[in-house]
Amino acid sequence: MGHKITEVSKQFLEAFEFQGIRRRDFLKFCGATAALLGLPDIYIPKIAAAIESASKRHPVVWLNFASDSGCTEALIKATYPNTAEIILDILSLDYNETIMAAAGKQAEEILEGSRKKGGYILVVEGGVPTKKGHGMIAGKEMLDILKDFSSPAIAILAVGSCATFGGVPAAKPNPSQIIGVSEALEVFKINKPVINLDLCPVNPEYLVAVVVNYLLLGKLPELDSSGRPKMFYSQTIHERCERRAHFDAGRFVESFGSREEALGYCLYKMGCKGPMTYSACPTVQYNDRVSWCIKAGAPCIGCAEHDWPDKFAGFYERLPDVKIPGIAGVETTADKIGAAAAVATAAGIAAHAIATLASGRTKAEKEGGDK
Amino acid sequence: MARITIDPFTRIEGHLRIEVEVEGGRVKDAWTSGTLFRGFEIILRGRDPRDAWHLTQRICGVCPTSHGHTSSMSMDDAFKVRPPDNGRIIRNIVEGCQFVHSHILWFYHLNALDYVDVTSALKAQPKDPSLRKVQHKLKAFVESGQLGPFANAYWGHPAYKLPPDINLLAVAHYLEALDMQAKASHLSALFGGKMPMTMTSPPGGVTHVPTVDDMSNYLFRIKELQDWIDNVFIPDVLAIAPYYLDYAGVGRGHGNFLAWGVFEDASFDPKKRLLPRGAIFAEDFPAVHDAKPDDVTEHTSRSWYKGAKPLNPVVGETDPEYTAYDPEKKYTWAKAPRLKDRPMEVGALARMLVAYASGQPVAKKLIDSTLSVIGHPGKPQVLLGVVGRIAARALECKMIADSMYQWGIEIIENVKNGNTDVYTPYEIPDSATGIGLWEAPRGALGHWIDVEGKKIKNYQCVVPTTWNVGPRDDNGIRGPIEEALVGTRVVDPEKPLEVLRVVHSFDPCLACTVHVIHPESNRIMEFKVC
Repeated sequence: MGHKITEVSKQFLEAFEFQGIRRRDFLKFCGATAALLGLPDIYIPKIAAAIESASKRHPVVWLNFASDSGCTEALIKATYPNTAEIILDILSLDYNETIMAAAGKQAEEILEGSRKKGGYILVVEGGVPTKKGHGMIAGKEMLDILKDFSSPAIAILAVGSCATFGGVPAAKPNPSQIIGVSEALEVFKINKPVINLDLCPVNPEYLVAVVVNYLLLGKLPELDSSGRPKMFYSQTIHERCERRAHFDAGRFVESFGSREEALGYCLYKMGCKGPMTYSACPTVQYNDRVSWCIKAGAPCIGCAEHDWPDKFAGFYERLPDVKIPGIAGVETTADKIGAAAAVATAAGIAAHAIATLASGRTKAEKEGGDK
Repeated sequence: MARITIDPFTRIEGHLRIEVEVEGGRVKDAWTSGTLFRGFEIILRGRDPRDAWHLTQRICGVCPTSHGHTSSMSMDDAFKVRPPDNGRIIRNIVEGCQFVHSHILWFYHLNALDYVDVTSALKAQPKDPSLRKVQHKLKAFVESGQLGPFANAYWGHPAYKLPPDINLLAVAHYLEALDMQAKASHLSALFGGKMPMTMTSPPGGVTHVPTVDDMSNYLFRIKELQDWIDNVFIPDVLAIAPYYLDYAGVGRGHGNFLAWGVFEDASFDPKKRLLPRGAIFAEDFPAVHDAKPDDVTEHTSRSWYKGAKPLNPVVGETDPEYTAYDPEKKYTWAKAPRLKDRPMEVGALARMLVAYASGQPVAKKLIDSTLSVIGHPGKPQVLLGVVGRIAARALECKMIADSMYQWGIEIIENVKNGNTDVYTPYEIPDSATGIGLWEAPRGALGHWIDVEGKKIKNYQCVVPTTWNVGPRDDNGIRGPIEEALVGTRVVDPEKPLEVLRVVHSFDPCLACTVHVIHPESNRIMEFKVC
């Protein structure tokens, strides 16, 4: 009897420990997802329950067309949940050519099986070439593959700029006449909503949150006129930017790697497209949230917008007609306000320099040790 | 005689079709075909040259950093600007992060399933509690009936040789490595803003002066990766290798190797890079020859392009013209690049052999000790083939991670001494030409830029997988992967696992492969902001 209890306890403890370790990370993920979806903390256990109580993991078919696999790469760099959790616990990633073990004929069998069963979430990465022979998988045109696989899908996600409207390979003169998923479905007269997750590459947190939202509420998120979920694309990068206070104060970076950059000044004059780009990049950030473009001193190139890159070609050219608040409340240009704020800028440098590596440089400059 | 077609060829980047002819249980002939065309060089023409380093990163989502750096280097060359020391080192660090990420991902997630039978791991009897947990999880996963990415593979194939315990260990590390490759990318983002598609290496250097926080965060994270590479990655390679020693010599290929070299030295001399520039030709290994961009030509007679004779990228001309897939005529979107008219293998094995033969001390020590462990001391020739490609990637990964720690220290030293320069300003000249020659994890990468009226007049890339996956040339000589496949044993034509092994050993990346050079029209296209 005693022996039996010990054995049972041991097994229980082992199972508990196994679950427990996972559980912390899992709840962290649920918390992060609730925050992304704009839900209060009370939803965290509900999200956990929705995922855990599912009798089976939801099947996903991930088709890769005219892409560079950057969105697959983005997905596998996800943190909460991480890739192992996504493929072992949350979703059944039945078809993704980049990571699946099966190849050739055996891979095709899987794909055909999915199509017959239907009900999968279809994720499309990459645009669809419409020129004959410019995009083929297993001897079939990518355009035809999309047609065959969109009708049986329960939901369609176009991830990354290429899938939403063609992206970089569809930039002028669009040599392979590549179109986005929505446009392709219009050609086929397939009336099915497409969730567009513009960005190059997609932010994996957006993707996971949309999927969880769907599993949780059984419906797709509210979309803007470009088919993008409003929860991620309703504010410009400029509105939430960590460098915004410097814009308002007229403090601008004039050269990369400068003291002004180290002090976190605004990148508008370096060509930043943040004022015209809608995405939650400043809050969601990238790669375990260690950084994002503007934090790393790089102006936004506007990759969350439809018709990028042509819409913003000349990434380092200043956006015209951005009104910025003047010192006396008069709208003026960045150059004028930059000059007016020069005195304040110098004071700001003195105050912040100590806290940054620029202090070493400033000191060296005074001593003539740096150019 | 049987023809086997593998399409889609999975666990690689992009769209590849492999066709082999099997006779008497061995591959008699092979054809490699890239099946997607995007035409980046056409898109680049007429644009602001500074946009090119962002746009060319979109050639490949697996090695965007290498394209970005090569592009910026072509402009550094054209604009006559040189990054300051910190700019050079930070570019090396961001590049290094990508190599480490890419090699871990390739070994565990793209390549390992050709050697590791996941279903056999269920039969293991592990004593280690952490391995028991993994097995428990795997069992639950299999019992769910939803095998996801592990469904319908060649499990149980007789060419799988590992005992159940090692299979289980490898599955455990497959999962662990998912975290580690992500961590290497997080490290890219620390300096690069995000990964894929880093944001911070324009011509002239880098955008951002690293903070104290950035540097301490960096050193902590790179130490963790170094430890993992030393204590998990390298031991895994050595644990698996003895079961597959019969694979030494398989997938040997032409035996010609090219490396443009990567990780810039303070001297900016390509022969002094951490992994130096050079070429090795089979007949006189291990002599290292100069590798010159002038010696590159691209052949198109078997590819879907109009065009006649082989040309150097500077004067190349190509027009896409899809006909039909026909191995006897034209069968791919990839072109056939040649160096001095010879097909060249590129990638980690090429880099490590060039480094070894050039006397690079770290590479020499790593390779010599590995040769001793596998019982072939002093014979680097045994590395030619599938096993050597695997070993070279693992050793290179260690070599780069160790250097990355040192580079971090160098940045800190520079800053301590008051040198925080990361960027050199420049003016875009009215007209200029430049070349960037560098390496992606998959091999030698070159960008050629021609600027006129401050816009891109012509832009050309000759990328790693084009070297490896290119078709036959005008002389009928097979491309490197095609040649490496010839002679490979195939036990079961329904499950050509051995073919997968040879092709995966090159780590092909098809998005990189398919390009077009289109200079006959000199029209400059205008693109307005907004």
